[in-house]
Amino acid sequence: MLTILFDGIAYGMVLFVLGCGLSVTMGLMNFVNLAHGAFAMLGGYVAVQAMQRLGLPFLASLPLAFLAAAVVGIVLERLIYRPMYAKSHLDQVMFSIGLVFMAVAGTDWLMGSTQQFIHLPAWLQGRFEIAGVGIGRYRLFVIAICGLLAFSLQWGFTRTRFGSRLRAAVDDARVARGLGIPVNRLFALTFALGSGLAGLGGALGIELMGLDPSFPLKFMIYFLIVVTVGGTSSITGPFFAAMLLGVADVVGKYLVPQVGAFIIYALMVVLLITRPHGLFARARA
Amino acid sequence: MTVRRTILSGMLGLALAASTSGFALAQEAVKIGLILPMTGPFASTGKQIDAAVKLFLAKEGATHGGRKLEVILKDDAGNADATRRLAQELVVNDKVSVLAGFGLTPLAMATAQVATQAKVPEIVMAAATASITEASPYIVRTSFTLPQASEPMADWAWANGIKKVFTVVTDYGPGIDAETSFANKFKAAGGTVESVRVPLRNPDFAPFLQRVSEAKPDALFVFVPSGVGAQFMKQFVERGLDKAGVKLIGPGDVVDDDILEGIGDVALGAITTHHYSAAHDSPANKAFVEAFQKANPGMRPNFMAVGGYDGMKLIAKALEATKGDASGDKLIAAMKGASWESVRGPVKIDPDTRDIIQNIYVRKTQKVGSELHNVEFATIKDVKDPVKARK
Repeated sequence: MLTILFDGIAYGMVLFVLGCGLSVTMGLMNFVNLAHGAFAMLGGYVAVQAMQRLGLPFLASLPLAFLAAAVVGIVLERLIYRPMYAKSHLDQVMFSIGLVFMAVAGTDWLMGSTQQFIHLPAWLQGRFEIAGVGIGRYRLFVIAICGLLAFSLQWGFTRTRFGSRLRAAVDDARVARGLGIPVNRLFALTFALGSGLAGLGGALGIELMGLDPSFPLKFMIYFLIVVTVGGTSSITGPFFAAMLLGVADVVGKYLVPQVGAFIIYALMVVLLITRPHGLFARARA
Repeated sequence: MTVRRTILSGMLGLALAASTSGFALAQEAVKIGLILPMTGPFASTGKQIDAAVKLFLAKEGATHGGRKLEVILKDDAGNADATRRLAQELVVNDKVSVLAGFGLTPLAMATAQVATQAKVPEIVMAAATASITEASPYIVRTSFTLPQASEPMADWAWANGIKKVFTVVTDYGPGIDAETSFANKFKAAGGTVESVRVPLRNPDFAPFLQRVSEAKPDALFVFVPSGVGAQFMKQFVERGLDKAGVKLIGPGDVVDDDILEGIGDVALGAITTHHYSAAHDSPANKAFVEAFQKANPGMRPNFMAVGGYDGMKLIAKALEATKGDASGDKLIAAMKGASWESVRGPVKIDPDTRDIIQNIYVRKTQKVGSELHNVEFATIKDVKDPVKARK
């Protein structure tokens, strides 16, 4: 049972890294970016190509996945996202869903529609046992990386100058500009960070959830659940939401496989009824 | 003398060539509507079959029974509504004499009515749920059925000292087919079976594999659609199930030749029963694999490709039997009972069910040189689809 809990946490961690980028753009910048999964897919493909074509080790391909998704994020933000900030949420949804379909078709055309594979280094394969609990090495590695990320993100947004400027810019861009905060650059950076995190999540997730051109559509629902349940006003919200969903999904499928796939949806409904603004929503005036 | 003979034979040759081409021109080409998922999540199936169909035309020629075969390829992206619409267009606008392809069960089912109403043969080259051929008297199948591949596994497992099996299958038609046919046969032999079904869109196999590891079965019987086979195998090894002595068995989809190299060494030792392996040891298959890989660099023919190749072979044979008459009823009549030597071994179309009768091979995934292959080590001869055979 502890083993399955551990599996669930690792799975939740990947969901967190994938989803928190979305809660950064959606929550902090108030932009509904459904194309988030496309950046995750990009990161995944970059990692696969880096390992297969360039022969890079797995660890070196991870920062590359982050960087590639972040760079593409910055470019797209400059070119096509910025004009959409002022539009209505519906326009943003239509726009970003369109991007998803383009990404799916484009990837299919470029890379083929087959599943992509990576070969993990030997020290990340297999598992060991501590006091009867089976611990997969790769899952432990994922937990360590994602845990570190969650911690530094939370610290970054609440304790640093960058974080406070960003929050100020989100709450009232006009006043922030008046105070000399470079709002546009801040948003571009934030968007790049969110996209980069998605890319990293995509690369980390290949081994657990697979990778093919339909990735952004297949997992969009999971990112959205993480963000809706977690709320978009903090990092802790999505973090605990992702944990909860990962564990509930894995444990649910383990205990009652007949209805396993529906458990996270049921959980989402219950949570949204009891806490409509998300798990740790700050009180809204 | 020799000069005259050369001229004479040359003239004779010219005359012959003229007469045959004149004959071909006199008769219109037989159009085949090939509907495949060329894009979307099942595109690998479409690409394999498309490559095999092209290879057939290149290797065995386009003219059969005096008629030229013309293939019209359409992409349904794995969507059943699109398949039916494309089938209707092909029949009404393009006047095709044969519909072929069909990557998935719902796609083949969606077209059954079109085939029946238009009296056009529907050659199923991939979809493998047993009941498909019952949906229309015009459906003929050249791939396989899941019970056909799964039941022999039950016999093999029982004969090899496996008493307790845990089955993990994807929760959709073919998966349920594989699970029930294996479990019924294995229980009848005296074994015990526990089962779980995995949702079709399932990212992580951890919870299901954990159940398996706690049940401590002798073997894990698995059917998942071929793409996710790699993840399944990796997680099977990650959980240490291979070291715990759990054998991995099942129909061959999980170690699909198309992705076997990508799965890597974790696939070593899997025992599967299937109708085709790229490593099938016959001169005909060696030539087939070589020609396929030459025409499609980086691809290895899998069980989908062989279904496509034999589908074309069946159409060609039927046309030869009807001497070029491509009316639906005549073609179907000619296809019933047709038999030939396929690259997978001898095959025959069952005249009663229009399903294929073929050898099923027991294989083990091994290293052959530097490549991974499913090496066949036992043969179960002339297996009929067991579901329809019992009726």
